[in-house]
Amino acid sequence: METKKKRRKAQVDSAVCVACGCCVKVCPLGAIEVVRGVAARVDAGKCVGCGKCVAECPASVIALQEVQA
Amino acid sequence: MKKQWWDYLWIASLLYLVLGFFNILFAWLGLLCFFIPLIFAVAGGNKGYCNRYCGRGQLFGLLGGRFGLSRKKDVPRWMKSKAFRYGFLAFFFAMFFLMLWNTYLVFAGAQDLKQVVTLLWTFKLPWNWAYHGTLFHPGVAQFAFGFYSVMLTSTVLGLITMALFKPRSWCVYCPMGTMTQLICKAKNGQTV
Repeated sequence: METKKKRRKAQVDSAVCVACGCCVKVCPLGAIEVVRGVAARVDAGKCVGCGKCVAECPASVIALQEVQA
Repeated sequence: MKKQWWDYLWIASLLYLVLGFFNILFAWLGLLCFFIPLIFAVAGGNKGYCNRYCGRGQLFGLLGGRFGLSRKKDVPRWMKSKAFRYGFLAFFFAMFFLMLWNTYLVFAGAQDLKQVVTLLWTFKLPWNWAYHGTLFHPGVAQFAFGFYSVMLTSTVLGLITMALFKPRSWCVYCPMGTMTQLICKAKNGQTV
């Protein structure tokens, strides 16, 4: 039986993101940016799912989601 | 991560509040916190001020984070709703224009200078120790008292939500943040 590897990545609910950039400051891998002052976006290629941004986000709009690796 | 000079702007924010206790005319410097974010949003189409230079956000982050003065709980759902954020922005605007109107009345000679700082738009705190006369019109001082009231009120609100929720909860409903995000959305589109 083949086991699928799953990883957790941060995902931003951009509809409620306030684009404050707190997540950008805490990300140890520089995997998040605030795009044109509208919302934050995670680079899934760089994100290791550490969850620092999830804890930091003042609006609590970032969550770790399981994705197929 | 190596600290940059802008990571210390919380000192400027703290200094601003302290200076207002000694000479109210320093309150005029607070206009920087209004114009710089607007310049970033209008000219650059970004929230560079919030994202990097906001000393007030840093101060809340420091007090709530390193100093542990925050429960670090999620903000209530209504607080991040568009209705509340835009409503608070509108309310803030209204109070701001009321302050400008009071300043105008002093300039026009229809009202005397009131040496008070109004906290939370309600409580009038005597603040005469921080006024030593001005070389300019008393209206200049009236604006300073009014503007300092705005800054102190928003700091107090920010400190309350910092303690109750996450350190930088103020960022969720900060009127400048909401306004600059609206400008960015108008310039760059609703989604990215």
